[in-house]
Parts: sequence; structure tokens; C-alpha cells
Amino acid sequence: MSELLRLDGVRKCFGDHVVLRDVDLTIEPGQCVVLIGASGSGKSTLLRCVNLLEVVDDGVITFDSRDITDPRVDGDEVRSRMGMVFQAYNLFPHLDVIGNVTLALRLVHGVAAEEARSRGLAMLDRVGLAEKAQARPDDLSGGQQQRVAIARALVANPRLMLLDEVTSALDPELVGEVLDLLTELKGEGVTMLLNTHEMGFARDVADQVCFLHDGRIHERGTPEQVLGDPREERTRTFLSRIRA
Amino acid sequence: MSDRVAPAATEDTQDWQPSDVQRDRDEWRRRRTLRSAVIAVGSTLLLLGAVGGGVVSSPGWDRVQETYFSWDKAVSSFPAVLEGLWLNIRVMAICWVLILLLSLTVAIVRTLRGPVAFPLRLLGTAYVDVFRGLPLLLVIFLLGFGGPALRLQGLPTSPLFWGCSALVLSYSAYVAEVFRAGIESVHPSQRLAGRSLGLSYGQTLRHVVLPQAWRRVIPPLMNDLVSLQKDSGLIAVLGVTDAIRKAQIETSLDFNYTPYVVAGVLFCCLTIPMARLTDRYARKKGYHGAGGVL
Repeated sequence: MSELLRLDGVRKCFGDHVVLRDVDLTIEPGQCVVLIGASGSGKSTLLRCVNLLEVVDDGVITFDSRDITDPRVDGDEVRSRMGMVFQAYNLFPHLDVIGNVTLALRLVHGVAAEEARSRGLAMLDRVGLAEKAQARPDDLSGGQQQRVAIARALVANPRLMLLDEVTSALDPELVGEVLDLLTELKGEGVTMLLNTHEMGFARDVADQVCFLHDGRIHERGTPEQVLGDPREERTRTFLSRIRA
Repeated sequence: MSDRVAPAATEDTQDWQPSDVQRDRDEWRRRRTLRSAVIAVGSTLLLLGAVGGGVVSSPGWDRVQETYFSWDKAVSSFPAVLEGLWLNIRVMAICWVLILLLSLTVAIVRTLRGPVAFPLRLLGTAYVDVFRGLPLLLVIFLLGFGGPALRLQGLPTSPLFWGCSALVLSYSAYVAEVFRAGIESVHPSQRLAGRSLGLSYGQTLRHVVLPQAWRRVIPPLMNDLVSLQKDSGLIAVLGVTDAIRKAQIETSLDFNYTPYVVAGVLFCCLTIPMARLTDRYARKKGYHGAGGVL
């Protein structure tokens, strides 16, 4: 039982539409698992279920040896031990950068304002944005905003980072700065579950790649195997489309 | 998309049976919902019982009941109060239409861009500043007694006309600000997208900005409508008889205050269904408020 996160038979429906069916997945501490698949294949829903932003319709998600899909579990407490980053950044526009980064530290983790500030500044320095601490999110570029969002998710030392297509809203020349940061985090031992359309990045950083199609994990394995020599016909079709 | 596999949703949905874990969860959620409902009903009844019991068991309750909640008096005064209420309803309906028109115009004028529109903006701002600053009663007195005294040709001298004018002028200033907030809450990119399609300023306003602004301001507009419904009674100071005035007259016969309670109940009977209707309308228009599981 060394795994940090474990999904057993997870199922999620929106009305009659089954988005996830019978999904199994395990992540060990320090691992990076990358979900690939077409839009609508259920990648984002999977991340949102793990973050308890959606209630699963069946199956068990175990995080830190605890069943977090049990309705008796305090979802806020579980979420406070995960960090989530969204495709559209979702920074709070009424707060400056340091305010965004320290909000949860102060309100959720009970860190004193002074210490929260110094930890926030250290984290901003880590993502290379220390000099932007007083800036408003609207005054930053997309890549900078996404790095602030990563800093915001990371500042409370989460056990697991969930990254939902974090580069999809970025200009191509800004994608690199965010992916470089994630590669560094992986090197520092941060556990990550992410979905992306950046296959080169998946190849570099993933310990395991899972191909989702129609709510099911059709193929999983090392990036070399899944991306280089896929066994499933569907995976091949998907990869050939995005490389075209 | 020939290789796209048709989702096995139907077959899957039919075959699928919840696992034991899921059954336990569903059962637990059901029990919790039931428990919450029981607690909610119980605590509500307890609170109402305590408040009601406290009032009823107070030493002066018999006399209060006789003076405020006399059934016979309620029945006898009901027709008169209802007749007065009809005036409130008419005043409210006519004024509300005029208020919406005037306030929307003022709001649009206040959001016009460019130096050419400066005098208009100034006028709109001055109007809003003045009429939001003046107490409504004062405006009613000013127009109600001053208006007819002007002896303007073609304008009626009835207190009803001038009272309604005062209501419209005063309320439009508030409602204009509601509309302006709505218009300005629509993201500038929407305006840009409209203009980029070749729509004119006016077309963009009419077909892109206002529809979005409108559904955002429905709840505060409702607030002002309810407020207007009650303030419509203020024109009674000019000598017209609305529901409250009728109730006052009924009361003065024997100093039994039940007619006031009757009027209050009737006002609530108007407001509450209207609030529910507006909620439904707003939902249909896509106003959701906070949503999701969180």
C-alpha cells in the first residue's frame, strides 16, 4: 500500500450520459501520470472527481489510504491536501498575485499573515515571478498567470497536484515556460496527475500514460510504449490525428 | 469520423448495477437527507410555536387580538381595502412601465461614450443625483401641489397624475442605476465581438449587451418593483384613497386596527406570487446564481 491515490471502478454520469466507466488507476508518491485522449473522453471529469468537485456515481477513490468517496468524508479537508490548476487559470481578479497565492494559506491552513506572505513570496520566486507579487492577474501574460495558479496550488505543500490542460489556453511561445516549470516540479518529487495534449511533454515527464476513450482507459503503460508503440488501434488513430 | 466508436451508453446504462459500496453511500445519503428534513421541520415548528405561544400567552393578548385580529372587522372592512388596493395595482402597473422606459433611457445615456455625448451624460448624471437625493415624499409634495398650480395647458391637474409623475421621476433614478450596473457588468469583449461583426453601436447595445444585462438585473428590478408597490400608497398624501388610506378610514370608525392588517396581508398576497414568478422567469432566462455541487 505505497500508493498515494487509487481509483477502483470509478463511474460518473451526467444524466444519461456516462462520462467515466470502470476507471482503475494508481499513483505512487513522486509519480507523474498523464491522461491523454480526445476532448470529451472524460479526462477533465476524472480530475474533477479526484478533487471531489464532482460526486462519483460508483467506485472508490482512495487518497492517502482513505476512501475519499465516502459521503462522510469532509471534502474541504481532502481538497486542502491537493492542489488543482485549471485550464483557464481561474485566478481571483480582485486580489493581487501575492493575495491569490496566500489566500488558502491564511484561511484554510491557519498560517499567520506574516508567514503566509513570506511563504507566498518564496513560492513566487520558485516560479520566477517574485517581482510580480503586487501585480493584478489581468496585468500578467497567460503563461505568467498560469505560473501564479501553479504557485497558488503548490504553496500549501499538497500531497498531489491535479493539472487540467494547463497549457491549452496559452499561446505556443508561452507553453514552454509552464511545461518547464512542471518538469522541474517532477524532478523535485511532486506527485502529479495531469491531462494534456502536449505529447512531447508527456513523453518527457510521465511515468505512466493512460489513453482515455469514451470514458474508459483503453491503454496504459510507459510513455515509450503508449506513445511510441501503441497496441490499441484507437490509440494509434488518436495519435496519428494529433500528429498530422 | 468513421473510426469513432458509438458510445455504448444505452447498453451500458441498462446493464450497470450499483456496487455494494455505492448502495451503502446512496442509503447513507438518503438517511441524511431524511434526518435533515426532520430536523428542519422540527426546529421550524418549535420556533414558530415558541414565538406564537409567547405572543398568545402575553397578558395583553386578548385586547391585541380584538384590536388587530378581529375577524368580523376584517370581513366588514375587506371590500373597502380591496377597492383601495385596486388603485395601488393600477398606479404600480402604469408607473412601472414608465419607470422602465425612462430609467433604461437614462442608463443608456449615462453609458454613452465619446465627448459628443458629454452634455447628455451630464444631464443623466444630474438627474440621477438630484432625484436619488430627494426624499420621495418631498417630490410628491412638490409635484402634487406645485404641478397643478403651474396651470400648464393640456396637462391634467388631478393629484393622481402628479403623484404618479413624482413616483416615476423618483424611482427612475434608482432603477437607472440598476440598469447601468447591468450594462457595465457585460464584459467589454462582448461589445467588441458585436462591433467586429459589423453591428453598429446601437445594434450591439440592443442585440448583444442589453439582453445579457437584462437577465442579470432581474432580481434587483424585482426588489424595486415590490418597493414601488408599497410606496405607491404614498400618493395618498395628495388626497387619493389607496388601500392604506381606506384602511385608515375604516379604522377611524371604531379604532379597531384590523383593516391595517388586512391591507398588509393583501400586499403580501400580491408580492409573494410575483417574487416566485420572477424567479421562474429569471431561471428560464438563464440566471442560475451559485450552482454545482459545491
